[in-house]
Amino acid sequence: MTSKIDPSNPHFTGVDREQWIHIYQQMLRIRLFEDTANELYRSAKMPGLTHMYSGQEAVAVGVCEALRPDDYITSTHRGHGHCLAKGAKPNIMFAELLGKAAGYCRGKGGSMHIADMDSGNLGANAIVGGSAGIATGAAMSAKMRGSSQIAACFFGEGALGQGLLYEVMNMAQLWQLPVLYVCENNLYNEYTHYSETTAGDLLKRPQAFGIHGEEVDGQDVRFVYTTALRLVEQVRTSQSPAFLQCNTYRFHGHHVGDIDRTYYRSKEEEAQWRTNRDPLTILSEWMMAQEIVDQALLADIGHEIEGETEAAVQFGLNAPYPDVSEVNQHVYA
Amino acid sequence: MSMPDGNARVITFAQAINEALAEEMRRDERVFIIGEDVAEAGTPFKVLSGLVQEFGRDRVIDSPISEPGITGLSVGAAMTGMRPVVDIMFGDFITLTMDQIVNQAAKIHYMSGGKLKVPMVLRTTLGATRRSAAQHSQSLHAWLSHVPGLKVVVPSTPYDAKGLMKTAIRDDNPVAFFEDKLMFQDKGPVPEGEYTIPFGVADIKREGTDITLVATSSMVQVALKAAEMLAETGISAEVVDPRTTFPLDKERLIKSAIKTSRAIIIDEGYERYGVTAELASVIADGAFYYLDAPVKRMGAMDVPVPFSPVLEDLTVPTPETVTHMAKMLCGKL
Ligand SMILES: Cc1ncc(C[n+]2csc(CCOP(=O)(O)OP(=O)(O)O)c2C)c(N)n1
Ligand SMILES: [Mg+2]
Repeated sequence: MTSKIDPSNPHFTGVDREQWIHIYQQMLRIRLFEDTANELYRSAKMPGLTHMYSGQEAVAVGVCEALRPDDYITSTHRGHGHCLAKGAKPNIMFAELLGKAAGYCRGKGGSMHIADMDSGNLGANAIVGGSAGIATGAAMSAKMRGSSQIAACFFGEGALGQGLLYEVMNMAQLWQLPVLYVCENNLYNEYTHYSETTAGDLLKRPQAFGIHGEEVDGQDVRFVYTTALRLVEQVRTSQSPAFLQCNTYRFHGHHVGDIDRTYYRSKEEEAQWRTNRDPLTILSEWMMAQEIVDQALLADIGHEIEGETEAAVQFGLNAPYPDVSEVNQHVYA
Repeated sequence: MSMPDGNARVITFAQAINEALAEEMRRDERVFIIGEDVAEAGTPFKVLSGLVQEFGRDRVIDSPISEPGITGLSVGAAMTGMRPVVDIMFGDFITLTMDQIVNQAAKIHYMSGGKLKVPMVLRTTLGATRRSAAQHSQSLHAWLSHVPGLKVVVPSTPYDAKGLMKTAIRDDNPVAFFEDKLMFQDKGPVPEGEYTIPFGVADIKREGTDITLVATSSMVQVALKAAEMLAETGISAEVVDPRTTFPLDKERLIKSAIKTSRAIIIDEGYERYGVTAELASVIADGAFYYLDAPVKRMGAMDVPVPFSPVLEDLTVPTPETVTHMAKMLCGKL
């Protein structure tokens, strides 16, 4: 099959066929990971709760694919997508979700705190907006050390209510720090529509600091990826911050236990997004139309990642718990 | 008082801190200072005077008035290879940094299963009777001493301040360093050469046999004056300075109380649920069979610090009140 990316669309040229396929695989990896995590919860195999990223895959993958392996990210309570997109392994992640010693944090962090320095992931964060300082500080450190790394800071639109974000955006622009702020507007701050909590135009907030800001359709990875490529390049070469607002939607509840949600959003709204705005469908249909993939290849990819996910969760389930002696280890370095 | 031999000069507490920072910044280019008015102004207390001239504005960074922001930035920089010293002008303002210190800095090493480290120092102040009223006079070191993952330093002399600051900067953990703002101009002997003081080693500031006065930071001088007054009435008081509230040298505290059979804990934090409570329980527990009197606590009065001098002076322990309490415990009232 030859690459047939629509040359009339300036956004999508220059990206080769393998890259789109890889992007699809990464998004599917996240989707299946989350479905499996949900199953772990429903079958009472997973301690605690987890916040599924399903529906938002195009954001994490589109942005992380534009980053270098040694670039930094910080993530949120809804962090599995960012983690996988930056290169974490599903089996080690499942082990962490299950509180096992083989997990990324030896079972001490769990779903909301996965950090993986090897892939540049400085950690998910269970404090809304809590990692804005860390990401901006990592960018400052990269600049001070004279490395060409950048930091991408993922946060939900709920974090726009946190003052810390504006403090560090101010400093990022003042001191020209290489950080990309990625705001995932999935419309809800937990159980409240963002319009009830957020005044004015979101993009005007970074713009008030003189930070370049853009908005993309966060369900369409083609736009997220090509925009991120451009912004990441700009952040890296100009050594200055940028802001990317990705409009998206979470398909499941706020967390796995958020089943009855009609009091804050309708079933029709959910069905609309799932049917018409699924990032996997949008990409796969386009790839089929472009003859980048065919049904058979998509099916193969599906089977492969299903198998991988199944093996990964089995790894996590079979892995031993940490020895009880670990409880007071790692309090201090 | 422990101090190595050698050429000791007499310098102020502020100079001791300044020297420690300068020496560490010369030794290690990863060390930088960030805070409000730290550069040309050298802080309102002039503790950092001259550092910007030597190290430049890239390493002595004047920040916006954004305590959470600069603390968060420092956490991120520390995680990625730098060793920041963040300057929080008044100890009262650590309340603004709490999420970044307590939920981020303190927990990142543990939550990541020991993979990430946060080698940063948060310098700030404590101490009342400067006529600064309720929002510039508190001693909140107990708040941070409460949190696993943090180390807390409360030096009481120029010698200790310098040696402990150098240790703090070299430590791989987040360290909070509280300086008594009334002590900045106090002088004391400090050797010419390089030295560090390990954390968790209490110092006997004065030897005695009848009663132990455990005192921290600003209260060490109060205890020493009380010990002098007590000597005149025939009571021999031993003054023990823990120097760090965590790690805490329990052994030396207990040993002294066993020797003298009586103890008073004196600390400028609020008495309620404070450092005095913790240290008193350590002694009550460890020296129980040797005590001839209940362990007594003297902290700041449980009121917001008042402005009027006649009121403010009532809120903190003084040599007179300590002497009174000691005489009572020794049955000499
Ligand atoms: C500081 C803080 N406040 C409240 C919460 C509880 N909480 C967890 S997630 C959430 C909603 C966050 O919304 P958003 O940032 O849009 O992220 P999303 O869940 O939509 O991905 C809230 C309020 C928290 N974790 N941290
Ligand atoms: Mg949201």
